[in-house]
Amino acid sequence: MAISHVWVYAQVVGGAPTTATLELLTKARSLGGTVSAFVAGDGAALAGPAGAHGATTVYATGDVGGRLPGIVAAGAIKALVDGGTVPDVIMFPQNYEGRDAMSRLSVKLDRTVLTNNVDVAVTADGVTGTTPIFGGNLLVSTAFSGPGPHLVSFRPKSFAAEPSGGAAAHVVAAPVPDLGATGAAKVVGVHVEQRSGPKLDEATIVVSGGRGLGEAAKYSLVEDLAKLLKGAPGASRAIVDAGWVPYSYQVGQTGKVVKPGVYIAAGISGATQHMVGMKGSKHIIAINKDKEAPIFGIADLGIVGDVHKVLPALIEALKSRS
Amino acid sequence: MRTICKTPNRTNDDCAKSHEPRHNGVVNVTVCVKQIPDPASPGALDPSTHALKREGKLILDESDAYGVEMALQLVAAAGGGEVNVVSMAPNGETSGMRTALAMGAAKGVLVSDPALAGSDALTTAKVLAAAAKKLPAADLVIAATESSDGYTGTVPEQIAEVLGLPSITFAKKVRIEGTTLKVDRQSEAGYDEVECPLPAVVSVTAGVVEPRYPSFKGIMDAKKKPIDTLTAADLGVSPVGWAGAGQKVVAVQQAEARKAGTIIEDDGESHGKIVAFLEDLKVI
Repeated sequence: MAISHVWVYAQVVGGAPTTATLELLTKARSLGGTVSAFVAGDGAALAGPAGAHGATTVYATGDVGGRLPGIVAAGAIKALVDGGTVPDVIMFPQNYEGRDAMSRLSVKLDRTVLTNNVDVAVTADGVTGTTPIFGGNLLVSTAFSGPGPHLVSFRPKSFAAEPSGGAAAHVVAAPVPDLGATGAAKVVGVHVEQRSGPKLDEATIVVSGGRGLGEAAKYSLVEDLAKLLKGAPGASRAIVDAGWVPYSYQVGQTGKVVKPGVYIAAGISGATQHMVGMKGSKHIIAINKDKEAPIFGIADLGIVGDVHKVLPALIEALKSRS
Repeated sequence: MRTICKTPNRTNDDCAKSHEPRHNGVVNVTVCVKQIPDPASPGALDPSTHALKREGKLILDESDAYGVEMALQLVAAAGGGEVNVVSMAPNGETSGMRTALAMGAAKGVLVSDPALAGSDALTTAKVLAAAAKKLPAADLVIAATESSDGYTGTVPEQIAEVLGLPSITFAKKVRIEGTTLKVDRQSEAGYDEVECPLPAVVSVTAGVVEPRYPSFKGIMDAKKKPIDTLTAADLGVSPVGWAGAGQKVVAVQQAEARKAGTIIEDDGESHGKIVAFLEDLKVI
């Protein structure tokens, strides 16, 4: 089958499109057909970069008035579809806003969703998404069986963003219909957690700590090592749930997906939840007491030992080099 | 005070039931729970359907224990009301729901029907939304952000859309003030404060509260608490299962395995191996 129109659910933060937006636009170009971006917000900042990544049109709702953007977006996309502007595929980022939008839209259009994908292709089976399961040991390919629009979401870093050098996209207004009760949630406060050093999902070295650290105070070992290596500190879900570090540190399925040059896992056993967020790292070093820990199955260098001994010795050794 | 219900799919009586009690400090919460195979045992796919195998004893998804706990705390804070649970399972299993009842939930509705096997997330949301209407009108519907076995992660928001309700997903803190839901919602950069009027749907993240362990008395009481079992046809939801799913698995393959690495026992000098490894990569 061939497809004619692919839309990318775009997001703009601080006046620039997110990395995920550019990744999805890049992939969208390879599916055949025209590429458009949809944004819940102002389209002006998106026209240039979206065009440079292959989009010819930007559909924009304009200011969302403090409402949750994903919910507003679903209403506006439904209105476009009802008005005859119908994409074959809509690609969403697998994040808070993307999930809200695709879930609401799924009901409005009565279409299924495929989430957590790392790839998509148009084959004889139709539009087919690929999802890793069981910690990434198996890849499952699932095809949409009904009519479009097909709603499919992707994990961050599934594709590399590459500009195509296209001209600025046309911005087209996407009016938001009355959402009734469903649009009633309002954002009344925004809190940004400050952290120093490189961003977790952009750092070339990530050092993450897990339950094996034993107590919250020992997380400073992870922070010290990350700082010495000019990397970012991360965490397993277990210690985020335990309240040792904020959620923004979490690496894994429900946290950040990271693909650094070097990933150091300290006191992390390697639950599926964690592994799917870091197994794309180029090199993996694991330190864990239990030699049966699943993390050793994917480590290039595994140290079966006590993080409370290995980490301080490593920190001293690195300090004495500088 | 008489309120006119503006919410689709809800009658004035529904609204009255849910609004009036709240003025007396009563909050009713319905929690959507999933019963999943024990995550400690390795998962497997059915070789013919490529669906996750979900036979045998099922347990309460740990992600849902947080929702049940939060519901119990909200009801306690309001000073009255009850927590009820809804679940969907192809095989009549209730052991996971009994855990929620043992924690303190009052009663449950289980939608169990062999026809439900293979249902996608959208069908699941339609079924759970219909099942929730069989319980006392809820001021708040709670679900986990995603299940631990399938993790599609869309069902809570889909339920909200089916019920025509506002929703706030990824809640890490939830409180009710009068008829307003106030939530600290996770964001990429930190968290947002988000508010909406009740009734509403909220999805909660793990770690949001510390789930209680059921007491012995709770476990004994739970055995006598009512669970209504319904079929998809009883709820009038059709099509369901494989027939209703707008997707089908077309291939399953092994992911490329990473090359086996070097595993060594720490002898007090292993940090030197890490330094040498980092030097080889020229990152230090």
